[in-house]
Amino acid sequence: MENKQFSITNGTEPALDKNKLVSRLRAILPRDAVLYEEEDLRPYECDALSAYRKLPMIVVLPSTIEQVQTIMRLCFQEKVPVIARGAGTGLSGGVTPIGAGVVLSLAKFMSILNIDPLARTAVVQPGVRNLAISQAVAAHGLYYAPDPSSQIACTIGGNVAENSGGVHCLKYGLTVHNVRKVKIVSMEGELITLGSDALDSSGYDLLALINGSEGMLGVVVEVTVKLIPIPARAQVVLAAFDDVVNAGTAVGNIIGAGIIPAGLEMMDKLAIQAAEDFAQVGYPTDAEAILLCELDGTNEEVSEQILVVCEIMKRSGATDVRSARDEAEREAFWKGRKAAFPAMGRLAPDYYCMDGTIPRKHLPYVLRRMAELSIEYELRVANVFHAGDGNLHPLILYDANVSGELERTEAFGGKILELCIEVGGSITGEHGVGIEKLEQMHLQFNDEELVQFHAVKHAFDPMGLLNPGKAVPTPKRCSEYRQLPMKGKNKSLQNSDQHA
Amino acid sequence: MNQEISEPLQQQVLHAIKTRQALQIQGGGSKHFIGQPTDATLLDVSGHRGIVSYDPVELVITARAGTPLRELEQTLHEANQILPFEPPHFGWGATLGGTIACGLSGPARSFSGSARDYVLGVKVINGRGEILNFGGQVMKNVAGYDCSRLMAGAMGTLGVMLEISLKVLPKQAAEVTLINQTSLSLALKMMNHWAGKSLPLSAACYDGKNCYLRLSGARTAVKSARQLIGGEQHSDSNAFWQTIKEHQHPFFQSSRPLWRLSLPAERPAIDLPGEWLIDWCGAQRWLLSDSSAEVIREQAQQAGGHATLFRRGANETTTETFQRPTDGVMQLHRRLKQAFDPTGIFNPGRLFPNL
Repeated sequence: MENKQFSITNGTEPALDKNKLVSRLRAILPRDAVLYEEEDLRPYECDALSAYRKLPMIVVLPSTIEQVQTIMRLCFQEKVPVIARGAGTGLSGGVTPIGAGVVLSLAKFMSILNIDPLARTAVVQPGVRNLAISQAVAAHGLYYAPDPSSQIACTIGGNVAENSGGVHCLKYGLTVHNVRKVKIVSMEGELITLGSDALDSSGYDLLALINGSEGMLGVVVEVTVKLIPIPARAQVVLAAFDDVVNAGTAVGNIIGAGIIPAGLEMMDKLAIQAAEDFAQVGYPTDAEAILLCELDGTNEEVSEQILVVCEIMKRSGATDVRSARDEAEREAFWKGRKAAFPAMGRLAPDYYCMDGTIPRKHLPYVLRRMAELSIEYELRVANVFHAGDGNLHPLILYDANVSGELERTEAFGGKILELCIEVGGSITGEHGVGIEKLEQMHLQFNDEELVQFHAVKHAFDPMGLLNPGKAVPTPKRCSEYRQLPMKGKNKSLQNSDQHA
Repeated sequence: MNQEISEPLQQQVLHAIKTRQALQIQGGGSKHFIGQPTDATLLDVSGHRGIVSYDPVELVITARAGTPLRELEQTLHEANQILPFEPPHFGWGATLGGTIACGLSGPARSFSGSARDYVLGVKVINGRGEILNFGGQVMKNVAGYDCSRLMAGAMGTLGVMLEISLKVLPKQAAEVTLINQTSLSLALKMMNHWAGKSLPLSAACYDGKNCYLRLSGARTAVKSARQLIGGEQHSDSNAFWQTIKEHQHPFFQSSRPLWRLSLPAERPAIDLPGEWLIDWCGAQRWLLSDSSAEVIREQAQQAGGHATLFRRGANETTTETFQRPTDGVMQLHRRLKQAFDPTGIFNPGRLFPNL
């Protein structure tokens, strides 16, 4: 997408100007851990949703928890907003800088601190890549289950912030289900442990709250993840359909038969064709939809379920059902699915990836409406769908160099999210709200609910300095909002009113 | 229609806010014994019952908080589905709301996840008397902070739950429990060893004499795992785990204080006098002991966990039920309480003193 300046600015002007802040930070950090020249700051101006850009004032790269605490104390004291950043693979502008703020990169926190095979846990620093965890523990026959598409690059700290999912959520859950303990540094610079090495901890489930909080409540500095046994066997079935409704019915029938697949993915015609052109994995390009159904578990269990699933696919109207003959074919089936996003590049110069969830039964209606909207907005849309858990990823194809297409794309995307709400779903399943979906939050939540979210934020960050302006918009009617307990000279919550 | 049903409760909450009168939220009263006793005015939510929506193929059920747990489980049973966290009832009147508010999970917890893991959404009345919806009826939803899972285990101190949406799962086709006589230390190793293998394990406990491993899954998978693990097959697996879940096992028939120690599963035996029953592969350890709360809590904390006074001994009222978290976490508790219930009317003191 083309450069679009991120318009949210924090109204609180820091007490210190840039030069003074740089010298204060350089006094507490190694020289190369403070970036302030424009050319050094450039890589931090956006995340993977590159339509939103803003150059930060300063970037800091601490390497110890103590350094993070010192930075936070200084910024708290000087009322400087802080945006924590992992690998920057987010898709909702969640780490878009603000001009008068500091970006705190956790890129140097790259160590796996401990692996305990008997306890089936690993203690890792936030900058450890998602896939690196599974690779490090594979020798013990274990792995870390959540596998977002960006898993080769995205880091565990960011996964906690976004409550990341992946293709195996229906069976193995989201990040929140796979994390035991998280250490955060609060805006005040305090190190706080949420969760424990046991399965629960006394009092409120703050661990649940920190997952998916989009860097608004604390800076994640250490994560203890749960590991699970690598299944003895995984097998995938590919089924082709000449009607998406039949594919949807098949999904319901599989689950109705008491089978919970490890992964259950659907692709529509445009996605199939693009993926096949790109990866050449043998997808039936004349099909209207394909389903990829992965079953895992013990050898016997998988053998038993494969037969049932193939039978259900046929009964539900599949025109072609194939079960991967070997590991190579299984990988090929998945390769096509995983290539679906990059493959869009062959169809159009740009694509915009959406992320809504719906109750599965409404899939035929939602796809039909989306086809109508596609005609209305004169933009093609390909659909990749985590069918098992109802998470849609429509990919709108456009060309940013054609005047007005980006705006039309965003309007179309907004309509898709409205559609998700209309059928009882959510505007985001795993990408987060960031700054991208602030407007659509009003569709999903009323003012009272938004006020409650702000009150939660206030409990963790009374000055509103941590990643301000993201995830939760200002309520439309602001009177109640202003009744929030404001302590001392805090003005930052009101300041975010300007964002609406 | 839902709005009308919830209105009397909302009115009572609004009245309580106005008159600054503390409320004691109660469903079936089956978990009255958990938490610090309170003498606040009763807010009876047991009438706010009924299943709002359930479509088995969607794997989601939404029910009002006062819905009896047995009714909910019966409905799921008819569609061959279950609540995967296997909640204990602790009484005939157990409701969905009380189960989630107490955050209780049964023997399946260490394999299938906890009550909070299955919460997808809640409708609550907050301490401003507003009816709010958080989460939803879909599996994946990261819009807004996760206030719905926050309600699980909050002991009703953050709001009155009106409706809860849960993820449900199909019932497993086969179930077998294997018994192996062994020592506590070997049992802990055995349970955690098998839990790290790709096997259809669904529960693991130790009663002081035998290690019990439950297998649930496809028939063929259960059969081959049974041969691999070995041991005597229990004659009534279902009934056995029922006694563990509902505290009907002979171990629990005691008038001594019952402590629940939540510990890292693999931790070796804790040196505290009393009798032990180990569940959740060692992550949930029940202790009958007359040792002081300080000693028990100190030991639990040193082992990386915490201790709850689950059932009090006779004539004992002063010991706090829940172990207090660190100062930093406690401060977040106070601020969150303020955020949801600014006048402090919901179950004051039930979780922690002055909260």
